[in-house]
Amino acid sequence: MLSFILILLAALFFTGVINRTKSILSGRKGPGIFQPIKDIIRLFKKGMVYSNTTSLIFQLAPTIYFSSVIMAMLVVPFGQSKGFISFHGDFIFFAYILALGKFFSIIAAMDTGSSFEGMGASREALYSMFAEPAFFILLGSMALLTGQTSFQEIFATLHLGSPISYALAVLAAFVLGMIMMIENSRMPIDDPKTHLELTMIHEVMILDNSGFDLGLILSAGLLKFSIYGALIVNLFIGMFPYEYTIPMFFAIQVLAAVITGTIESFMARFRMSHNAQFIFALTSVSLLIFFGVLMLLGKFI
Amino acid sequence: MTFLVTFILICITGVLIIPFLKVKMKGIIVLAAIVMNALISGYLAVQSLTGQMISYSIPGSAITGMIPIRIDALSGWFILIINFVFISGGWYGLFYMNAYKEKRGKISLHAIAVLLLHAAIVSLTAIQNSIAFLVAWEVMMFSAFIAVTFEHEKEVTLKAGINYLIQSHICVVLMVTGFLWVSNKTGSYDFQAITAFSSSQAGSGALFLFMIFFIGFAFKAGFVPFHTWLPYAHPAAPAHISGIMSGILIKCGIYGILRMILLIKADYTAIGYIILTFSVISGLYGVMLAIVQHDLKKLLAYHSVENIGIIGMGIGIGCIGLGTGNLVIASLGFAGALLHTLNHALFKSLLFYTAGMVYQATHTLNIEHLGGLIKKMPQTALLFLIAAVAISGIPPFNGFISEFIIYTGLYQWLQNASLSSLIFILFLILGLVLIGGLALLCFTKAFGIVFLGNPRQELHHEVKEGPFLQLLPLYVIAFFILIIGLVPQLFIKMLEGPVSLFTDRLGVTNAQFPVEAFAALTPISIAVWGFILLALIIFSIRKWVLNHRKIAIGTTWGCGYMSPTAKLQYTAGSFVRSYVKLNKPTLLFFKHEKEMIGLFPGESHYESHAYDKLEKWLIDKPIKVFKSFLKRFLFLQNGSLQYYILYGVLYIIGVIFIPMIFDTISLFIDFLKRL
Repeated sequence: MLSFILILLAALFFTGVINRTKSILSGRKGPGIFQPIKDIIRLFKKGMVYSNTTSLIFQLAPTIYFSSVIMAMLVVPFGQSKGFISFHGDFIFFAYILALGKFFSIIAAMDTGSSFEGMGASREALYSMFAEPAFFILLGSMALLTGQTSFQEIFATLHLGSPISYALAVLAAFVLGMIMMIENSRMPIDDPKTHLELTMIHEVMILDNSGFDLGLILSAGLLKFSIYGALIVNLFIGMFPYEYTIPMFFAIQVLAAVITGTIESFMARFRMSHNAQFIFALTSVSLLIFFGVLMLLGKFI
Repeated sequence: MTFLVTFILICITGVLIIPFLKVKMKGIIVLAAIVMNALISGYLAVQSLTGQMISYSIPGSAITGMIPIRIDALSGWFILIINFVFISGGWYGLFYMNAYKEKRGKISLHAIAVLLLHAAIVSLTAIQNSIAFLVAWEVMMFSAFIAVTFEHEKEVTLKAGINYLIQSHICVVLMVTGFLWVSNKTGSYDFQAITAFSSSQAGSGALFLFMIFFIGFAFKAGFVPFHTWLPYAHPAAPAHISGIMSGILIKCGIYGILRMILLIKADYTAIGYIILTFSVISGLYGVMLAIVQHDLKKLLAYHSVENIGIIGMGIGIGCIGLGTGNLVIASLGFAGALLHTLNHALFKSLLFYTAGMVYQATHTLNIEHLGGLIKKMPQTALLFLIAAVAISGIPPFNGFISEFIIYTGLYQWLQNASLSSLIFILFLILGLVLIGGLALLCFTKAFGIVFLGNPRQELHHEVKEGPFLQLLPLYVIAFFILIIGLVPQLFIKMLEGPVSLFTDRLGVTNAQFPVEAFAALTPISIAVWGFILLALIIFSIRKWVLNHRKIAIGTTWGCGYMSPTAKLQYTAGSFVRSYVKLNKPTLLFFKHEKEMIGLFPGESHYESHAYDKLEKWLIDKPIKVFKSFLKRFLFLQNGSLQYYILYGVLYIIGVIFIPMIFDTISLFIDFLKRL
């Protein structure tokens, strides 16, 4: 319950902070941090344009994509307070319900019959496939370390472990952060600001969406950011009382946004043809965590 | 006993009267016979699932001895799946075969084959006598062969059928070896002799026996590397037979493996590791090849290999649970495997039936030629979409439930595993996750290219939706796909019987079915309901909002290019191109191309076909070597009659003189000895 409200609040400013960071670093004044929200509200008020190639799928997909992100959000806990839905193996549900949204956004892109959107769809399908093993092995290692199999129990028990587990938490934060970048198609995987159809992934898939649908997709994007941010926060807060954890939550979210903005200001996107290898290499970081867990548990002798 | 007699009588009457009926009636009679047989076997199956073991004994011949018929919960579960797929497939087939109604003789043969196929598969699950089992197995295989080669005038079809027949008989050879070994040692053909024999064998003997049966049944199930018949046989058959084959026939292999696990008392941990290794390779290899297929049915056939891998992973985890004495892991593994067997039967038959609808409407299964079918065939598209989401293991459908149970089994095993098995589990998780991701890639491709966008090729006839009655069984299947996703608890309850058959092997007294291991299914079903509700609410809000907004129709954005043609669309080949580039080492492509040369290039073309690398190395190469060896004896068959007469004379001389010479020599030796 608490996590739900916190994630919603964080979503309000996350992308705004990224944009603001980028504008400051490039010497511009830049828009206010609530500009993305204002843009979305404006979109909700607009009419829509459909392509004559599209079918019902195209109209259905944004709704399903948005709902899937909301469902994933309901699973995420906050410290000792559980998410709305919490059960053994809920992280599997988390990953697979997001996959449902992805499935529909991919076929919606194919529905337009555009070669650009097909290109984006193909990349999205491939990259999200390669990102998933890292997530599952990460959570597997956490489950092994803590002996638990639900988000809330894993995070709560992680804190009770030895201080070394925090070292692993930093690595885990890196993996989750990278998955966040992949899921949201940000640098260094994708450059949302290139405005060149051939070099985009997520942005090119939604070229034909407009009005209310585009608003749904964009707000789902904002939520996705703060969901992964919340997961990262959860790695560290454990059983601290709320008066510390809630400010910590916002601090870490803002920090994540600032880091993202900084990376985007100073880094170029990776070569598209090497992206897949790069994403799959993330799995090796997860493996590192796994072996770290094995060492902690004393299974290596 | 009356049940058995009626069952057999229905088959015999069906076979006898079908040839004399009108074409339309043939189908109806077959369906009626299948329904009647299904009612009989289903009644027994339901009883067995509630915990009653039903057993009869038929006095067989002098060779077989008594033929015991035992229907336990495992048989019951399979019988119910078989009956469901056969009834839906039979109904669908009635309409599918309409296009061929002028071919009377062929239809009679086909109808008889389908009827016998059903009877044979149902009896396979109940017969517990080796010889009778083999007879039923042969009936199943030959009737399946006849059903598959319905269009036998096409060379490809006949070739696929014969390929299937030969490879299935390798499986029979292995089974016969196993059965004879047991009966030789124990003198009995009853399946219970296998248990007695294996418990008398120390360690490796029983494992070896299991391996013989496992490889035999793996041919049937289509585990890699024994899968090569599958991608030929499935596309060659008529759509309803493809659905039945993929839904049921290959599950006979799974049934056989499960039955042998119940019968053979061997080192379950070793069995588990073996099955898991085969399974994860099958799962990955199947889906990796499925992605590059351009024939819709062939793509689905490779997905069968993948799903057999997932089922196998469940079985393997279950065996590990048995081996380590962990009730929870064992239950999760076997429950996942059995549920996925049902799930795969549902969504794969639905996929094949919809592929059949596509074929009948467009006369092609080449994905690259299709497109935009959702506008002409919205119902088929919707059904295909449901099955596609389900097979990718995505909620709210049934595929997610069984994969979730298998995942839970893996994570449970992870909690109490040693170092070496931890690394193994890591690969299993990696495998299962990649299988899911690749399936998503594959089915977004299949659905996106076939049903969405614009038609990629002009079709010279009208494309329209099939009749509602033909679609009816498809809706029923889709309903079950959804129901398993929404209320999985119901189905887990039905699995209690079959799963506890396996967990009884643990020897734990009063081993209760670990309900708490499946506790997560309740919140999942709540979450799934919640998701559907949420999506509906948002969709209606959207609808309400849009009522007050201006809606315009335009062309797809093409960077300002306003008259895009259908050729500009992404194709199936381009959709998976980056994947193909990454996976070059595991894939094999044959390319035919004529390049464009010069300033004014003439005609050029480019064609690429994916081929199975394992098939090349395991089937094609050995056959080539074998053939070149046999070629050395080609001079014997030179076509001139004189030589053949000479061979005959030589043979007769040999037959007469060799014993004579032998006698003389032995006389001579005797003589020498006396000296």
